[in-house]
Amino acid sequence: MSIVGSTTEELLGQLASGDVSCVELTSAYLDQIAARDPEVQAFLRYDRDDALRQAERIDAKRQSGQPLGKLAGLPVAVKDNMCTKGQPTTCASRMLEDFVPPYDAHVVTRLKEADAVLMGRANLDEFAMGSSTENSAFQVTRNPHNAEFAPGGSSGGSAAAVGAGMTPLALGSDTGGSIRQPASFCGVVGMKPTYGRVSRYGLVAFASSLDQIGPLAGDVTGTARLLEVIAGHDARDSTCVDLPVPEYTQSLNEPLSGLTIGIAAEHFAEGLDPEVESTVRSALDVYTSLGATVKEISLPHSRYAVATYYVVAPCEASSNLARYDGVHYGFRAESFENMIDMYATTRGEGFGDEVKRRIMVGTYALSAGYYDAYYLKALKVRRLIREDFDRAFADVDVIASPVTPTPAFKIGSLVDDPLAMYLQDLYTLSANLAGIPGISIPAGTSSGGLPIGLQLLAPAFEEERLLRAARMFEQESE
Amino acid sequence: MDRQQVEKTALLARLKLSESEVVKFTDQLTGLLDYVAILNEIDTDDVEPMAHAVEVSNVLRDDEPVASLARDDALSNAPKTDGVYFLVPPILTEG
Amino acid sequence: MHHTIVIGLETHVQLLTKSKLFCGCVNRFNPENPNTQTCPVCLGLPGSLPVMNREAFLLSVKTGLALNCDISQFTKWDRKQYYYPDLPKAYQISQYDLPFSHDGFLEAEVEGQGVKRVGIIRAHLEEDAGKNMHDETGGGRDSHVDLNRCGTPLLEIVTEPDLRSAAEAKAYLDELKLLLNYLGVSDCNMQEGSLRCDANINLHIHGDDGSKIATPIVEVKNLNSFRGVEQAIDYEANRQLEIYEETGRKLGDPGVHKETRGWDANRSVTFGQRSKEEASDYRYLPDPDLVPITLTADEIDEIRQALCEFPADRRRRFSEAFELSAYDVSVIVNQGAEFANYFETVAAECGDGKQAANWCTQDVQRELNERSVAIGEFPIGAVALGTLLAKVVANEITTKSAREVFAELLESEAIEPTAALAQIDQIIEERGLAIVSDTGELEGVVETVLAGNQKIADDFRSGKQGAIGPLIGQVMREVKGADAKVVRQMLIEKIGK
Repeated sequence: MSIVGSTTEELLGQLASGDVSCVELTSAYLDQIAARDPEVQAFLRYDRDDALRQAERIDAKRQSGQPLGKLAGLPVAVKDNMCTKGQPTTCASRMLEDFVPPYDAHVVTRLKEADAVLMGRANLDEFAMGSSTENSAFQVTRNPHNAEFAPGGSSGGSAAAVGAGMTPLALGSDTGGSIRQPASFCGVVGMKPTYGRVSRYGLVAFASSLDQIGPLAGDVTGTARLLEVIAGHDARDSTCVDLPVPEYTQSLNEPLSGLTIGIAAEHFAEGLDPEVESTVRSALDVYTSLGATVKEISLPHSRYAVATYYVVAPCEASSNLARYDGVHYGFRAESFENMIDMYATTRGEGFGDEVKRRIMVGTYALSAGYYDAYYLKALKVRRLIREDFDRAFADVDVIASPVTPTPAFKIGSLVDDPLAMYLQDLYTLSANLAGIPGISIPAGTSSGGLPIGLQLLAPAFEEERLLRAARMFEQESE
Repeated sequence: MDRQQVEKTALLARLKLSESEVVKFTDQLTGLLDYVAILNEIDTDDVEPMAHAVEVSNVLRDDEPVASLARDDALSNAPKTDGVYFLVPPILTEG
Repeated sequence: MHHTIVIGLETHVQLLTKSKLFCGCVNRFNPENPNTQTCPVCLGLPGSLPVMNREAFLLSVKTGLALNCDISQFTKWDRKQYYYPDLPKAYQISQYDLPFSHDGFLEAEVEGQGVKRVGIIRAHLEEDAGKNMHDETGGGRDSHVDLNRCGTPLLEIVTEPDLRSAAEAKAYLDELKLLLNYLGVSDCNMQEGSLRCDANINLHIHGDDGSKIATPIVEVKNLNSFRGVEQAIDYEANRQLEIYEETGRKLGDPGVHKETRGWDANRSVTFGQRSKEEASDYRYLPDPDLVPITLTADEIDEIRQALCEFPADRRRRFSEAFELSAYDVSVIVNQGAEFANYFETVAAECGDGKQAANWCTQDVQRELNERSVAIGEFPIGAVALGTLLAKVVANEITTKSAREVFAELLESEAIEPTAALAQIDQIIEERGLAIVSDTGELEGVVETVLAGNQKIADDFRSGKQGAIGPLIGQVMREVKGADAKVVRQMLIEKIGK
């Protein structure tokens, strides 16, 4: 049985039985990276020797009979916006090209404690701003199913790495759909947990009230396993909630009896690609055949989600990214006239287009005289969006929808039209505004051979329900 | 959003924009703000703003000191230092 | 035409916590070792997050209560955004529209004027910035940035524009500083920057026809001594009057904005700071990384119940309990909580407030000044001094003898309280300071002295009252513990016979 292409549970079984060592397994994935990544460009950096050293340590630990963590020996790729002590963390930005954090992000600590092999750093849109991974300052990642197409974004490197079989697991971050949309484009499973489920400590902030770290994997079980490792309370993140974390992998294969799935007319409106619509409708038929009930719900404010998001996220981003000013860390321009000019030149040269665009929008929307009209207004509509979900979840267990209006688009096709790019997130960003969990699972393939995903949403902290519902569909399509 | 507002915003944001960026952003930001104006369709007079995605409160830590970074580590990412301080171009003061 | 000076003060007070406001770095003044008290959080490193210090919040609420403020049952944190090299996140975490306390007052005694009530608009909690050091030589060298102070907890207390003179401002600041000392909230060490002040100053010009005109408001920043506050107010009042007489510019005129000026302590003048109107706009937004704090009315009450006695209450209580003058009480209470506690123990031990007050404000205070130490480091403990004074009150030793004992106790470095008591008895014994109440012994000596000084006795009889002095002195030299009054009485009686 080949290593690359196996599920995480199969790999764990082989490692536990001694059929393969962690070094052999890691080598297989490193070979796959060597073969595929020159084209896909998912990794910003990986270090073969370092990965193998980690693998040797885990093998030694296993041989000496020491207890091993939940990911014992499984490679994980990490999006390059999560701090790793002593290793560059660039956010795919010129601004942080040489930044080496003196500390580990909470999730990185958790991965190390779980005996994962940190495979390398996955590409992203600069500071996680984008839906195509074209906004990386360093390289453009390609869709592993067709190199002319975008892998989605901003966690495009993570999704493409899993999709191309270069790692069984990856971490991404999702601020408006940045895990789910690339997962859908690359044909893998990706989940955005409830806001507050996973500590953001060490995740370089884009929009703090929307950002959430989540898992990507080839299947639902791998996703559940990685979530189990990273979820849970961390006192260093005030917004990380102190609630027990269920053992998601234990209950995963139990189907949900009497499952009620909500579908909203607003998710099937104008602009939705017919192939995507039919894929989602077929998925609903699968659920019905498993005994689930499909029920119409209404999310009346969902048509305002994109506008709300593109005020809230840039406002927070303009504040979060103000710190990159060339004083204490990161890039500093070489020539400038004075202090103010040093700031402006540094930031003008250090940031890419999309980042500048969002900083401009956020700065404008927060400036004197505009705060109420833009930012405060958007925060109020945000509550209405949240209340739509509260009402809907009184009647249904999960909500099913498309992940994106279309399958993956061609690289370069949307870069000059920011609004069209933003509308990519139409179905995903409500979950970030409301703080609820969402998952994207492969549901079909377009006539052009590109993957199409299905999105499921659940109430806050109901990741277990979400994973079990996803697993029901996955099992049926196996 | 006109050119003057773009320039003023760029100053506030400490972003030096090229002439072509000013032109492009004036156009793109105007388009985006026009789109955002659909929010005005909704009456939000009695709605509380929602700044956080979770409604938790009173997260406090005990007043216990912990070890700080060594100075070399604190300065290690700085563009310019003398090994003791962060260095920045002279800040003008009058007096 | 006459004018009134209108002043509002914004005072920044560093809180006495062990760690910084949002991280575990130690909260300590340490300019000798720059950039050694930082971590990812207070360096504002990418990915770091703040967590609120419970003690800092509690100290803030205590202060709000002591300033008679309403305490908010819901309070939140906001980002105040501006660029400066001592502010690594490029925003300061502060409180904007929902501060934890508002609408209070503080009463201060203004010399020769009585009690002044100063309205408090709000007190809010925020983080301090680091420190920039500029090249003062004019050589245009790089500025230095030290972030040791960055992220330490700071309380900003804003008054209504209720103050009308430099003396009132000084009285308010003195009382505020004292209150913070009693609360244990801050050491208010101005040299180390733990208390800093901005003053908003303008004039109301009253015309003879009853009209009133306000001059433009000037904010004088970074006043780091009370003397500076007083000087800056007087300087501004004169400057603004001159400018008004010259230009007639007033508040509300088109183009008139609040002006920010700096204070040059060396030349005692304010100076214009370049207006950065165009380049700054604080763009406050709720900090998404911090969650709100809610307090119930019961929780607020619980904090209130646990508060210490405030200076004003203590003054009232001391003057009633110890029958002291308002002046004496103020001198004691205004020295700070530790000194007032010392006095109270001395007074309780000796049972005579007046006696205790005299000793504390004179003998003790003089020694403290000479040694430049605080009462906590004073070698004679309150119980020891009280015990010594009790002997004076009980007429066991004279005041003069007590001073001798006091002097000797001062020489012996900080000793155990019980040992001090034993030492007092020992000194009295060794030096024979106990008042001799055995009149038999005294009578013998008096008669002997009289016998040897008949000339003086005759002078006295003939009306020279002063003649008796040397006789008293002779008797006292013979009998150390003798009471001068008793000796004098005895001599007069014997001479009269």
